Amino acid sequence: MSCYKGKYADELIATATYIGTPGKGILAADESTGTIGKRLSSINVENVETNRRALRELLFTAPGALECLSGVILFEETLYQKTAAGKPFVDVLKEGGVIPGIKVDKGTVELPGTDGETTTQGLDGLAQRCQQYYAAGARFAKWRAVLNIGPNQPSQLAINDNANGLARYAIICQQNGLVPIVEPEILVDGPHNIDKCVDVTERVLAAVYKALNDHHVLLEGTLLKPNMVTPGSESPKVAPEVIAEYTVRALQRTMPPAVPAVVFLSGGQSEEEATLNLNAMNKLKTKKPWSLTFSFGRALQQSTLKAWAGKEENIPKAQAALLARCKANSDATLGKYKGGSSLSEGASESLHVKDYKY
Amino acid sequence: MSAFVGKYAEELIKTAKYIATPGKGILAADESTGTIGKRLAGINVENIESNRQALRELLFTSPGALACLSGVILFEETLYQKTSDGKPFVEVLQENNLVPGIKVDKGVVDLAGTNGETTTQGLDSLGARCAQYYKAGARFAKWRSVLKIGPTEPSELSIQQNAQGLARYAIICQENGLVPIVEPEILTDGNHDIKKCAAVTEIVLAAVYKALSDHHVLLEGTLLKPNMVTPGSDSPKVAPEVIAEYTITALLRTVPAAVPGIVFLSGGQSEEEATLNLNAMNKLEVLKPWTLSFSFGRALQQSTLKTWAGKKENVEKAQDAFLARCKANSDATLGKYAGGSSGGLASESLYVKGYKY
Repeated sequence: MSCYKGKYADELIATATYIGTPGKGILAADESTGTIGKRLSSINVENVETNRRALRELLFTAPGALECLSGVILFEETLYQKTAAGKPFVDVLKEGGVIPGIKVDKGTVELPGTDGETTTQGLDGLAQRCQQYYAAGARFAKWRAVLNIGPNQPSQLAINDNANGLARYAIICQQNGLVPIVEPEILVDGPHNIDKCVDVTERVLAAVYKALNDHHVLLEGTLLKPNMVTPGSESPKVAPEVIAEYTVRALQRTMPPAVPAVVFLSGGQSEEEATLNLNAMNKLKTKKPWSLTFSFGRALQQSTLKAWAGKEENIPKAQAALLARCKANSDATLGKYKGGSSLSEGASESLHVKDYKY
Repeated sequence: MSAFVGKYAEELIKTAKYIATPGKGILAADESTGTIGKRLAGINVENIESNRQALRELLFTSPGALACLSGVILFEETLYQKTSDGKPFVEVLQENNLVPGIKVDKGVVDLAGTNGETTTQGLDSLGARCAQYYKAGARFAKWRSVLKIGPTEPSELSIQQNAQGLARYAIICQENGLVPIVEPEILTDGNHDIKKCAAVTEIVLAAVYKALSDHHVLLEGTLLKPNMVTPGSDSPKVAPEVIAEYTITALLRTVPAAVPGIVFLSGGQSEEEATLNLNAMNKLEVLKPWTLSFSFGRALQQSTLKTWAGKKENVEKAQDAFLARCKANSDATLGKYAGGSSGGLASESLYVKGYKY
């Protein structure tokens, strides 16, 4: 085979396929300590370990929510945390039929000579770290590469370096039993229209899949976490059906059918927008040999965070908000979302932050 | 769009989709004058224009055969030839809902410094030639790239050069209204096993699709003509189901869903082998977002040629032989081929070592 088939091959394929189960998706709860700090401060909650733990317990024990999920991405600290009753989060998830995943990149660094473009670091000692995470119960990983659209961006250097980084990360994960989620996020920032976004998305995805092939990555044991194809943040919005058409076509043109599922990032869209767009994609009548689902962070947690506000008495309300978004997105993966359901405070709020850094 | 969407975009998409109709496939009748000469010599027929015309008339007027086909690839001479009644071949094809296609490459040349590897020429004035062919009724084109498997082959140079050539050819075709059939043939010659063939096929196809993306080719308006994934010619054969599995796995890993159809070349397989393998692929219970069909030359014409032997009184019998292979392959595209039709000649291997068109 052109691809590497190590001892974990069958397990990788089974895991990736399971994560793409129609009706399920991923909760991205892998905010680093710094990033979760920003979320907590926005609801006036102190960024201490107990609060971070309390928030994640709220999410992972929300009644009914886990049924809508196939995976949760964790930050390293969370992988080793427990509920207040002393049960490891990893066990809570597994018992709920949800696969634990782990963020393994170490953030972005600038590419000198470019206009603020970045590459992602985290390859050093990655194999050992993956082994440790596997031993702790993780079965998939995530690595976020970031590109942006501008007059001269993304540059060929940025595309090549990020694609190469994603490919090295992916094969190292597979050598060590973790399904790599490949995330080449093209930021929504900018005044460009949807045609520009799709042009860049297709070029970037083509480069990513060439790199994955060069590095012998087993595509059947991977997932893709791309941006949806949309107008830039400073451009007029378009209908979900348009976003669906452009996005699915871009995937048809670049992503080999061997990849079992696409788990979209929400990238600044409001909770409702992200769900409506995902729903439109699943309603589209066209060739889709992979399942289309979600890997949402902000777009699943925004209302929940606001409802919680750090107060124990708000937990049931907050968990109800999470369940509502989980159900909405679960329906969206089946093209069955009716829209506007249980819109909690903040569900329509744009989550775009210019030049967002995790 | 990343893809070039020129004035022919909709027509290209429509044509490519039609050619990929389940139950139909392509007759590759584009043998150059030199190559058809070898075929004619094999049945003791003189290589003159009237004989070449007679052979193609035999094929294009076969009752019932045309219903199994969606396209025919022609050599330039044939594009302008007529039946003995004076009807242009192009019209005969069009009236039978066949899309005429045209071979546009100008053969292979050696890549210096490699071990006998080649690249394909034909880009000079290709745009103008395509425009002429479009005027004459052609709506798709074909360009054959050739790679081989060896200890150090295919080399990175050979892969890159052939992929680039295919991409330039493809976009020029699309600018001028012709659907490009992209053909990166990896020869079967050698003693490698099927796994080696699969690995090379995946690497080559990935490079081809990256090049097509770089050159802004509209994938929905293309077709792929790859080799099936098989053991080398000097290696033991394997079952059609194995060939089917390896071939489809390779395609799933490299060919984007936007491509409407895959039309396999037969390489040196016998008529029956090629049909059985195609059938096995279409029976395989796996998600296939492109249709899997044929673009066969030798594997459709071999029995027909031998039966004809250049004699007018054999035309009807020869046309029956041709119909039988067309039907068999049509069934194979639907996974319905029952096997073993027209024995004898159909099982003859058509492998020629180091085959040059």
